[in-house]
Amino acid sequence: MTNDALHEPGQALHIEDLTVSYGDTPALWDIDLDIPPGVMCAIVGPNGAGKSTLIKAALGLERADAGHVRFLGRPVAQMRGQIGYVPQRHSVDWDFPTTARDVVEMGLYRALGWFRRPGRDARARALAALAEVGMQDYAERQISQLSGGQQQRVFIARALVQDAPILILDEPMAGVDASTEAVIIALLKRLRAEGRTIIVVHHDLTTVQSYFDWLVMLNVRIIAQGPVRDVYTPENLRTAYGGQLAILAAPQDTAP
Amino acid sequence: MTGLAELFSGTIVLTVLTGAALLGAISGMLGAFAVLRRQSLLGDALSHAALPGVCLGFLIAGGRDLGAVLAGAFFTGALAALVMMLITRRTRLKTDAALGIVLSVFFAVGIVLLTVIQGQGGAGSLGLMSFLFGQAAALLRSDLWIMGGIGLAALALVLAFWKEFKLVSFDADFARAQGFPVTLLEIVLTVMVALAIVVGLQLVGVVLMVALLIAPAAAARQWTRALGPMVVLSALIGAASGASGALISASTRGLATGPVVVLIATTAVLVSLLVAPGRGLVWQAIAARRARARIGERRVLVTLQTLAAAHDNAGYKAEQGMIRTALGAMPTQARLAALERRGLIRPVSHPPETTTHWELTEAGHAETAALSAKAPLSDKDPPQ
Repeated sequence: MTNDALHEPGQALHIEDLTVSYGDTPALWDIDLDIPPGVMCAIVGPNGAGKSTLIKAALGLERADAGHVRFLGRPVAQMRGQIGYVPQRHSVDWDFPTTARDVVEMGLYRALGWFRRPGRDARARALAALAEVGMQDYAERQISQLSGGQQQRVFIARALVQDAPILILDEPMAGVDASTEAVIIALLKRLRAEGRTIIVVHHDLTTVQSYFDWLVMLNVRIIAQGPVRDVYTPENLRTAYGGQLAILAAPQDTAP
Repeated sequence: MTGLAELFSGTIVLTVLTGAALLGAISGMLGAFAVLRRQSLLGDALSHAALPGVCLGFLIAGGRDLGAVLAGAFFTGALAALVMMLITRRTRLKTDAALGIVLSVFFAVGIVLLTVIQGQGGAGSLGLMSFLFGQAAALLRSDLWIMGGIGLAALALVLAFWKEFKLVSFDADFARAQGFPVTLLEIVLTVMVALAIVVGLQLVGVVLMVALLIAPAAAARQWTRALGPMVVLSALIGAASGASGALISASTRGLATGPVVVLIATTAVLVSLLVAPGRGLVWQAIAARRARARIGERRVLVTLQTLAAAHDNAGYKAEQGMIRTALGAMPTQARLAALERRGLIRPVSHPPETTTHWELTEAGHAETAALSAKAPLSDKDPPQ
């Protein structure tokens, strides 16, 4: 296979034989994964299942021992700028001296290229992205003064401003209130309606069926993947989480 | 004043003054990034690790040749940074442990080499001691050109890669996902810090150099809300500390320049931590006091209103003791006086009783109604 030949271009994300390990313990083992374009996909699994590691390895932030990753048929190095990434909120220091708008403009730094500073155009695009997440009134706020939910929305706006066809979000609903969660989900559904692919590391099993249409169940290995209604079964939940939790989070249509 | 003029006329003083100001500006500028990237202590390890390099440079050059000494310092500093990176990546030790190990081991090697050189005696071996705590008087005019060159290079790099440095300092993972060469940018930042340390060794010495990196940045952070002003202010504080420290030590006999510069920079930190608007401790204490006072006043108002409502009498005169019972605590005279000043309550007499009574004014009723319509406490904005 030559470098410019597309491999599995029909999949938004294609992962084959991916193995990542920390020391002698595998964090991910022999992952084969396909996520078609235009879906809103949840990656679920118990703590330590390797959910964040999976997307970090896919984005090249974590070194893989084996395997390859393709986004729309291309290696990630050729797809930089076309993948919007929202890291976990707690991965940065929110006491950094900057404003919400400035953080959103960071999403445009790559497109600007070296030596060029963001100007009026970048500012307008950042404000538009902030408006999409309902944060237009907080554009000039210090990021340290924002609540957790507001910080999360700023992070999402930073990914939105790139206008990327693929969005990857790491636990965007962790520690945000119900109204922020509703805003985020409405926004993500709108983005999917525009034809984008949304990949979300998710921790709340009770909302999987109402929010998502594609599901990857992970516990170091892939337990199951596919449309939510096929994958969200008691057997799969038991395999991924162990018996007790499967009863708590029984699929809606099989519940009494 | 004549003393000051005399001071300035001396070439050595002018050289030291310029050198200290330059060093302060460089380390202040680069220190801002180091502090924001939580790498303040990396500077400490780098500067301590420079000592064996100084000695090696001395041994190889066979004398106190500045070029060799600084090259040696840079070499062992870089080696220390590399060892530290390997320790944190390849072992289970965390950054703080790696820093501690590298700092002490390299410094110990440096001290051993230092004593070996001193044991051999010979010209200039005494001068090496000055690298421990710095010796400003040893600074030469030609050294200023090296410092100026490094300063300009650092400034040019910071200006050219401003947005990249900002992004890497704030969110390195995101920068990497965007395809920025994060490791390279981090190496550039670290190398610049190492260069600043190397030029500062003569003036401030390996032991105290880290203070010049951290202190101006920590002080500047208190006063600013954006990265640009923070970096500029940090450089200015560094330069001012350097210049004033050089002046003070030159005008007083026997005061070492380096420690005085460090003391001035840390004084700037102390003052900033206390009085900077918004973030300063004094400021926050005043804000907390105000918030407490407001809550107390609201409780008095609500108590009076509740009593008035219970008696179905808007002009109900509440005895002070009754307010206490309803409130569960005695409102201080200051609180009541403050409310009276704002025209929300007024003292009234209620014969035949002799104790003080209070009633809500019209404005007081309106204010209480407005308060209960709002959330009980809306001003909970954290400091910047």
